[in-house]
Amino acid sequence: METIKLTIDNKEVEVPNGTTIQKAAKKLGIDIPILCYMELKDMNIENKPGGCRICVVEVQKRRNLAPSCSTNCEEGMVVLTHTPRVLNARRTVMEFILSDHPKDCLVCAKSGNCELQSMAHRLGIRDIPGQEYAAMSTYRKDFSPSIIRDLDKCIMCRRCETMCNTVQTVGALSAVNRGFMAAVAPAFEQNLEFSTCTYCGQCVAVCPTGALTEVNHVPNVLRALADPTKTVIVQTAPAVRAALGEMFGMKPGTLVTGKMVTALRSLGFDYIFDTDFAADLTIMEEGTELLDRLNRHLKGDKTARMPILTSCCPGWVNFFEEYFPDLKEVPSTAKSPQQMFGAIAKTYFADKIKVDRKDLVVVSIMPCLAKKYECQREEFSTEGNRDVDFSISTRELGEFIKQANIDLNNLQEGEFDDPLGESTGAGVIFGTTGGVIEAAVRTAYELQTGKKLERLDFTELRGFEGVRSATIDFNGLPINIGIAHGLGNARKLLDDVRSGKSQFHAIEVMACPGGCIGGGGQPLHHGDSEIIKARAAAIYAEDKSKPIRKSHENPFIIKLYKEFLGKPNSEKAHHLLHTKYFDKKKKIIVKQ
Amino acid sequence: MSKYSIHLLVCGGTSCHSAESDVVVCNLRDEIEAKGLSDKVQVITTGCFGFCGKGPIVKVMPDNIIYVQVKPEDAQTIVEEHVVKGRKVERLLYRDPKSNEIIGDSKHMSVFKKQLRIVLRNCGVINPENIDEYIARDGYQALGKALTEMKPEQVIKVVKDSGQRGRGGAGFPTGLKWEIASKNKADQKYVVCNADEGDPGAFMDRSVLEGDPHSVLEAMAICGYSIGASEGLIYVRAEYPMAIHRLKIAINQAHEYGLLGKDILGTGFNFDITLRYGAGAFVCGEETALIHSMEGLRGEPTIKPPFPAQSGYLGKPTNVNNVETFAAIPVIILKGAEWFSKIGTEKSKGTKVFALAGKINNVGLIEVPMGTTLREIIFQIGGGIRNGKKFKAVQTGGPSGGCLTEKHLDMPIDFDNLIAAGSMMGSGGMIVMDEDNCMVSVAKFFLDFTVDESCGKCAPCRIGNKRLHELLARICDGKGIPEDLDRLRNMSQVIKDTSLCGLGQSSPNPVLSTLDNFMNEYEAHVKDKKCPAGECKNLMEYVINAENCVGCTACARVCPVNAISGQRKEVHHIDPAICIKCGACKEKCKFDAIFIR
Repeated sequence: METIKLTIDNKEVEVPNGTTIQKAAKKLGIDIPILCYMELKDMNIENKPGGCRICVVEVQKRRNLAPSCSTNCEEGMVVLTHTPRVLNARRTVMEFILSDHPKDCLVCAKSGNCELQSMAHRLGIRDIPGQEYAAMSTYRKDFSPSIIRDLDKCIMCRRCETMCNTVQTVGALSAVNRGFMAAVAPAFEQNLEFSTCTYCGQCVAVCPTGALTEVNHVPNVLRALADPTKTVIVQTAPAVRAALGEMFGMKPGTLVTGKMVTALRSLGFDYIFDTDFAADLTIMEEGTELLDRLNRHLKGDKTARMPILTSCCPGWVNFFEEYFPDLKEVPSTAKSPQQMFGAIAKTYFADKIKVDRKDLVVVSIMPCLAKKYECQREEFSTEGNRDVDFSISTRELGEFIKQANIDLNNLQEGEFDDPLGESTGAGVIFGTTGGVIEAAVRTAYELQTGKKLERLDFTELRGFEGVRSATIDFNGLPINIGIAHGLGNARKLLDDVRSGKSQFHAIEVMACPGGCIGGGGQPLHHGDSEIIKARAAAIYAEDKSKPIRKSHENPFIIKLYKEFLGKPNSEKAHHLLHTKYFDKKKKIIVKQ
Repeated sequence: MSKYSIHLLVCGGTSCHSAESDVVVCNLRDEIEAKGLSDKVQVITTGCFGFCGKGPIVKVMPDNIIYVQVKPEDAQTIVEEHVVKGRKVERLLYRDPKSNEIIGDSKHMSVFKKQLRIVLRNCGVINPENIDEYIARDGYQALGKALTEMKPEQVIKVVKDSGQRGRGGAGFPTGLKWEIASKNKADQKYVVCNADEGDPGAFMDRSVLEGDPHSVLEAMAICGYSIGASEGLIYVRAEYPMAIHRLKIAINQAHEYGLLGKDILGTGFNFDITLRYGAGAFVCGEETALIHSMEGLRGEPTIKPPFPAQSGYLGKPTNVNNVETFAAIPVIILKGAEWFSKIGTEKSKGTKVFALAGKINNVGLIEVPMGTTLREIIFQIGGGIRNGKKFKAVQTGGPSGGCLTEKHLDMPIDFDNLIAAGSMMGSGGMIVMDEDNCMVSVAKFFLDFTVDESCGKCAPCRIGNKRLHELLARICDGKGIPEDLDRLRNMSQVIKDTSLCGLGQSSPNPVLSTLDNFMNEYEAHVKDKKCPAGECKNLMEYVINAENCVGCTACARVCPVNAISGQRKEVHHIDPAICIKCGACKEKCKFDAIFIR
């Protein structure tokens, strides 16, 4: 590869052609502050609008300052990164940005974790000249079931737009209005609820300020816990345990499963269960459905549509209901683990502990913001009582734990409760891209072939490529599997399904880049993809450490079918554990 | 044209049109028909003469007599007197504001005398809706020459050697731009004409499109041939309906004549042009923003490189030139690089069209060789300052240009001198200010525009310009403090230094140039709380001079807010807390008893 030599702060550096000044400087250990720029390395995600102008540097022979995030190095370039001219420019621009930003850090969800706040501190801003007469650009607040938009705090970094449009191809957010009143909003400045938004939460995951935050359900959960008439149970999704520790200063990828259980118990939950249990249940239902369709398909039954698509990701479900409603019969009808758990908890478990479902509050801890919307879907409630009452994100749980003065670092390891707390390694890997299909393969293989699966680690299904495919040998029967994470990648596979070109038997889709470990409700990665990778490694480590790694071998799952459901895809299972999809394509009505 | 002995050319540009020049045309035709002169006299609607302040214009050829401010009812007189009897209609002739002399022959009018019209060669001369008239004036000959006698690289060489620089504002060498686009290999390339004229007060592009649309089409085809593009797009603002209308007619006619479309002039060269409409955002004049707008995206700039010549419209190599740049190309091809490069200054060749506006006598559009001084433009061609007032400053280059003063009047105008003086060529707007203009208010006025037109993408332009504007408003309101002037300068310099595109990089120019040239006025505002020009209302006070006041009560009766009190035949008093400084009292007072303090 062609390389370029240049000087940065009087030090020579050689970099590949196409390297930006900012990255070349980093190579020399020179840290140029960046604000709007964001890159998730190896995940093909980059936000490079060159808009904030904080990262400007002096380039010899150039008239004005250059944004180092988006200016490529040139041969012989002479760059100075921290001259008085540069420092003054950065400070003045930062003063501009802050002059149009609310100063309510005390009650801001992002306080302490806000990139603007850190930058203000780093640049040594102590006051904002002229603030007393500076007009503020204001915009109405927008509350949706999952996400709150408070554009007064928006700094126009455009990261949300990149995620929503380029990465997810959802197209719910783009810049509107001009100049000082410019903002990022859905088409026709509708509220998010009436846009094409899938609530995947990737906009929230990258927002540097408090402009985009999750709807906070901690107060609701707290009220339920404080109410002596309620039995409050909690389920925790697999990706949560691989990330929660980050909020307590632990290294990314530290598993905190046992400590999390103890913390939840201290918070006052009556039963601590595991969504992984429901993940195993999902495999039973979805796997059986897959085999049923596959075998009918192999017999030439034209009504058995291939491929089957996974349906555990609510952002993904929202996406195909919006963009591919014509394919709504293609995905598996199996509910997501969150909702399967809720359905079982409010029937089987409620009966067991003899509590009326109205007095049983089911809380889920999810790495996800779309789960908030999912649990509010009408089809997931009985007589107005939701199967899952509240869904809180990993971030909310972390803050909740801190509020209760619990030091996660020094907690004893706890154990999940029975009967909905027992899970297998297959349930754990639901938290990362490729995991659901790997779990499905482990079970489907044995059910289909009647043989014992010797090799449990399907490394060919793992990794971070946006679209992956593999063929698994089912004892002579080749099963083609497709995997996509990130909705933009999913769209590619869906387009093939729609046009009849798809050769896959089964496709796994997760809406968030990396899967649930990179979910919109996770601790903020601040543009560091290594964090997401470390979480994936933790998930696979937990899988490996489990004594049982196949869903159909989970003794409590076997018991549940025996005592309650009968067999997979039974009538009762269908009633409780399956759902249907709707055409939610937005129709835009322009009022005259 | 020989069939007719007399031609009546009536300006059909937007400005004259809005003053009913179309009715003048109808009335002239009716009169001529009534007199049975239809086979001898022809009435032609032309493009802009550039003498907009005195429109509607009617020119009688071959006498070369110009009638100004012609009303529909004057048609009868013109036909009866001039056409039939051969007598000039004196009352409709131009009166020189300085000498008060009546001048009929356009050759002797100072506004036209100093001009050299290359870009505007056909404006006000031909009927823009008739391709034959364009062809009669050597139209499409340059395209023929290029396609049949020249190789693409030869065409580029001529343009390069001519020294032509882009007239959109930045002054990038046109030939070089073409060369870069020609060297980038691609299956498809595009030629884009930037007709998103956004500077308030500048209307040269509109006038060319309205008065001579074929010159732009021809040039685009030549450009397409030289860079290897078969598609052209004109990005024209939807607020220019007449330009759009005439472009459509011109494109259709060029198609009929085989001058656009497939196999042009039998050479195998294909070139077609389509129109794209802009929604009137100033920033869309910036080429990357313009391209995004054409692609259906939000009209906001992106960082260069990549330049459009590398990756432009739909990711393909794209050459973007301004209307005025294109309009000169056919002449350059026909008359040669040497001819063109002899006009102008060392680094700025050819002519430049300027739009004169503000406190100047001859408001309108002029074209002069590069290197003409501001003094020649303002005092000779422009006829000097209106109402005999004193010249104070001229703002060149549109809203983000700088304000130049007396000391710059003898500077030859070209790209580089203007930048050195803290202003810029821009699209060629010139707004002249007299002693009554407050320069702080002027800076605020221009900032008002850029604040409105910023796209909001980069922080310094989005927020910084707003803060500049706020601070200027405070100074004009008398709330400024001396330290504000340092802040103004610092903010301005940082905005210039850090903004993403040309809009923000130049928007503080009015502030910086007025700080440089009119510091005393700023100081008067912040230190003495006075506006020397008497324009900032909050810094003035209407006061009654007790010696002159006779107590007639006229002022009190006319005051709309009852700020004036006093008994009949006693000295009156204005309450400054109530007074809204409308000036009605001062105007009413017959005794010169009210003055501004």
